Amino acid sequence: MTAFLQFVVDVLALGGAYALMALGLVIVYGILRLVNFAYGELIMVTGYTLFLLGGSPLPWILMAAVAVLMAVLTGIVTDHVAFRPVRTKSVTAVLITSFAFSTLLQNAALLLISPRPRSVPLPDIFSETVRLGGVVTPVRNLITIATAVVLLALFALLMKRSVLGLAMRAAAANFTMARMLGVPANLVITSAFAISGLLAGIVALLWLGRSASVAPGIGLEPLLVAFIATVIGGMRSLEGAVIGGFLLAFIDTSLNHLLPQDLLKFRDAFTFTAVILILLWRPEGLIRGPAAGRRT
Amino acid sequence: MLEVAGLEVRYGAVRAVRGASLAVGDGELVALLGANGAGKSSTLRAIAGALRPAAGSIRLDGQEVLGTSPERMVRLGAAMVPETRDVFPDLTVGENLRLGAFTRRGDAQGVAADRERMLAMFPVLRERQDQPAGTLSGGEQQMLVIARAMMSRPRLLLLDEPSLGLAPTIVQRIFAMIVELRRAGLTILLVEQNAAQALAIADRAYVMRQGEIAASGPAAEIAAATDLQQLYLGG
Ligand SMILES: Nc1ncnc2c1ncn2[C@@H]1O[C@H](COP(=O)(O)OP(=O)(O)O)[C@@H](O)[C@H]1O
Ligand SMILES: [Mg+2]
Repeated sequence: MTAFLQFVVDVLALGGAYALMALGLVIVYGILRLVNFAYGELIMVTGYTLFLLGGSPLPWILMAAVAVLMAVLTGIVTDHVAFRPVRTKSVTAVLITSFAFSTLLQNAALLLISPRPRSVPLPDIFSETVRLGGVVTPVRNLITIATAVVLLALFALLMKRSVLGLAMRAAAANFTMARMLGVPANLVITSAFAISGLLAGIVALLWLGRSASVAPGIGLEPLLVAFIATVIGGMRSLEGAVIGGFLLAFIDTSLNHLLPQDLLKFRDAFTFTAVILILLWRPEGLIRGPAAGRRT
Repeated sequence: MLEVAGLEVRYGAVRAVRGASLAVGDGELVALLGANGAGKSSTLRAIAGALRPAAGSIRLDGQEVLGTSPERMVRLGAAMVPETRDVFPDLTVGENLRLGAFTRRGDAQGVAADRERMLAMFPVLRERQDQPAGTLSGGEQQMLVIARAMMSRPRLLLLDEPSLGLAPTIVQRIFAMIVELRRAGLTILLVEQNAAQALAIADRAYVMRQGEIAASGPAAEIAAATDLQQLYLGG
């Protein structure tokens, strides 16, 4: 029973983080049909902002807010630098510019800060554990679950109830038609990048909590996780991204619990096998997403 | 209200529209006829700002609007109903209508009144307000996209083949509604392959053939002078 509870908490905590990461990637993809390869750098930027603020007398929560704000700004800058100038030209051009922007940010960190990991300030509560029905778990896991629940609910509310959310859903289904109804292309796209930055920034705080440090390459794993989760869930669907995130976390956690010690280092190979099996069964991912729809 | 001159639309090497010129006066209902592939939709999409013409001039109220973005064209008063209909299938009927009024934030009263007017005109939409638009029949979807376009309170309505793929009784009702909208003062540019029916309600008509305007005149004259069957088949 305690083993089961342990498993559930692990899946929910990891899944919450994965789901938020995936949502941040898919919100931009849904509208532009383009993967933002500089997505992982939003997490990197959050980390380095925290690192740079580390020596300051600011309360942690304020540092965190500034770091998340930087991620939001970086998201918006990504749109302006990597996407907007070439968006209507070709898919290849945008893939290259978003790769280039990702590399640029990583190299800036390498050059200006250090290739080696730098420690980030974290509140004490992140390293504490609690006892929960016989299970000992880091408080950070519970914070992650709570954050995921709150953010997913807020996100759903925004998409369902607000005019902006409505416009974004419409733009994801059929961008040209949405524009012909007066939805400004730039408003929708910039909002998507800002929300993407917000999700990545908040998830970064939780993600950095695991190693308490930031390095230039820290964004790669979150990008990969988000990408795989959205592919499993269906690239076209916001719900799919969330489901994909939790499913990927379920697979990872199951393997962690099931695999014998000497196979554990091959965990990712098993994960990818499971992902391939899912895609063989459902090539478009679990959730189809809105019908029709073209790029700009 | 609308003057198009020397319009050229190209898709790569394909010259879809070749120097077409047409005009629509205030309060007029003008039909743009022609066989499949004649370039009617391309002309309409160019006017709506959905594609960028290679050359020409498009004037709305005397102001040059060639190359204007689609979101700006709605604000200038030109609303488009594409032939693909393009309801947002996962959004409810109500949400589709709400999006139609996107440009009118701050005018909640006016929007509510127009919504009521549209729901009165298309009662079936009232019954299905909370249903995803994708679950509507073809005819209902056509009514929804017309109502949605009207929610921006346009002065010029660009209608692309509203009768496409609909049963004759539904087509009758859609055409009756077009007449009603026009009577309420709306200016309409109606693209149709269904030439006889379009000519019956239009003031004037243009006939397009292979990207060019082949004939134009009062609807009655066009109806008398043109072999409509021929028009249909692309002769
Ligand atoms: N997106 C497109 N890409 C390439 N060619 C197109 C495209 N849309 C239309 N065409 C071509 O342009 C010509 C005119 O098409 P269209 O404007 O849709 O005519 P109509 O509406 O009168 O049927 C046709 O030859 C068609 O094949
Ligand atoms: Mg057409």
